[in-house]
Amino acid sequence: MSELIMSTGNKAVAAAVKMAKPLVVAAYPITPQTEIIESIADYVEAGDLKARYIPVESEHSAMTACIGASITGVRVFTATSSHGLLYMHEMLHWAAGARLPIVMGQVNRTLAPGWNIWAEHTDALSQRDTGWLQVYVSTVQEAYDATLMAFRIAEDNRVLLPVMINMDGFLLSHIMQPFEMTEPGDFIPPLDLPHKIDVNDPKGYGAMSPANVHYQFRFDMEKSMRASRTVINETEAEFAKRFGRSYAPVEEYFCDDADVIIVAMGTLGKEAEVAADLLRKEGIKAGVMRIRWLRPFPLDMNIKGKDLVVIDRDCSFGFGGVVAGEIQARYPDAKIASVIAGLGGQEVTYEDMAEFVRSRKMGTEFWFGIPQEEQ
Amino acid sequence: MSRMPKMTISVPHEGGAGLTGSWRTFRPVVDRETCNHCGICAMFCPDAVIDPDTLEIDLVYCKGCGICSNECPKKCIKMVREEH
Repeated sequence: MSELIMSTGNKAVAAAVKMAKPLVVAAYPITPQTEIIESIADYVEAGDLKARYIPVESEHSAMTACIGASITGVRVFTATSSHGLLYMHEMLHWAAGARLPIVMGQVNRTLAPGWNIWAEHTDALSQRDTGWLQVYVSTVQEAYDATLMAFRIAEDNRVLLPVMINMDGFLLSHIMQPFEMTEPGDFIPPLDLPHKIDVNDPKGYGAMSPANVHYQFRFDMEKSMRASRTVINETEAEFAKRFGRSYAPVEEYFCDDADVIIVAMGTLGKEAEVAADLLRKEGIKAGVMRIRWLRPFPLDMNIKGKDLVVIDRDCSFGFGGVVAGEIQARYPDAKIASVIAGLGGQEVTYEDMAEFVRSRKMGTEFWFGIPQEEQ
Repeated sequence: MSRMPKMTISVPHEGGAGLTGSWRTFRPVVDRETCNHCGICAMFCPDAVIDPDTLEIDLVYCKGCGICSNECPKKCIKMVREEH
């Protein structure tokens, strides 16, 4: 039976990995690595996880080792954070293009300069177009649950794309919360990689693909991304049925009758629920949409006629908030007030978020903490 | 298109890159008198064009890289400029 334990987000992800039983874990064990890998190394050392743990000399090599292991058809996991993720960039494209269901724990932290180790989403958002599925979690329990589900979603033969579980640096990775360490049982079926290496039938992998073929492989990735929406829904429904905790690609909080909805990812999206409660006490019909899956991007958000206050813990310089921009692109009629807040771990309280709603100016971008005359 | 593999996969076969012998600038010429049939040339050949038993070089595919000549412990493989 499952038990309720106190844990950081890092240790919860590691505990889920132990349950999912990958055969190979390759990671760069030094800064900006987290306790995820440290805990997994402990499991392997103690014999609690029968995996080959490969410490490598860089994150680029970590992802490369994961690719090499994954193409043999075994379950593979790695974890990184901020600059480590950026160093993997080239190989992130390769992992997705090679259609390998690698699962990665990713702690969202700020990029230098100046040096800053607090939460920000720019690291993961700058890997947005690599072909990885991206889920953003908001609690330690969700970090655990999403990690279990990530293996099942990535390895589903309708998907066969890698999955990145994003968790806010420090706010989740290092903060303790109680969570239920559910035994997954046979929730994650055995992996059956259709294009795995067969040493008795040697082939070259990642061969040349000329111009009249290449786009077909890329379209297949896009098709699988589209199909992953169904797989995510099925997996989350099955998870809820078995373990009693339900998730949706976009978590809604009092949205049905809302006039204004706060949209955010990660811990901000959870904290925003308190802001909505506060606003409702003042007579403002507020709700929250917490985008969990950014890739595949949600196409069925019920936002018609509602004011959206989109909080981005990121900025695409010369463009604006990435999440706000993506919503506007996919929902051209959306009425958005964009807020850039929480960069570099800038504190954003539920009081602050309530104020974003009260003082919203639709169609504008607002940088939290910057004086009005400089906006 | 639905029969496509998930990624680009190549199956090794003879002459997969065409008649690569035409790339050659220098041709390996073996002094059969000095050669002691150690087979190191065949082991090092990156294109597997040296027969491991007879040590005959298949000039249809040999690109003339000269690795065999470099590795030969008896120094009995000379690289001779092709007359095109």
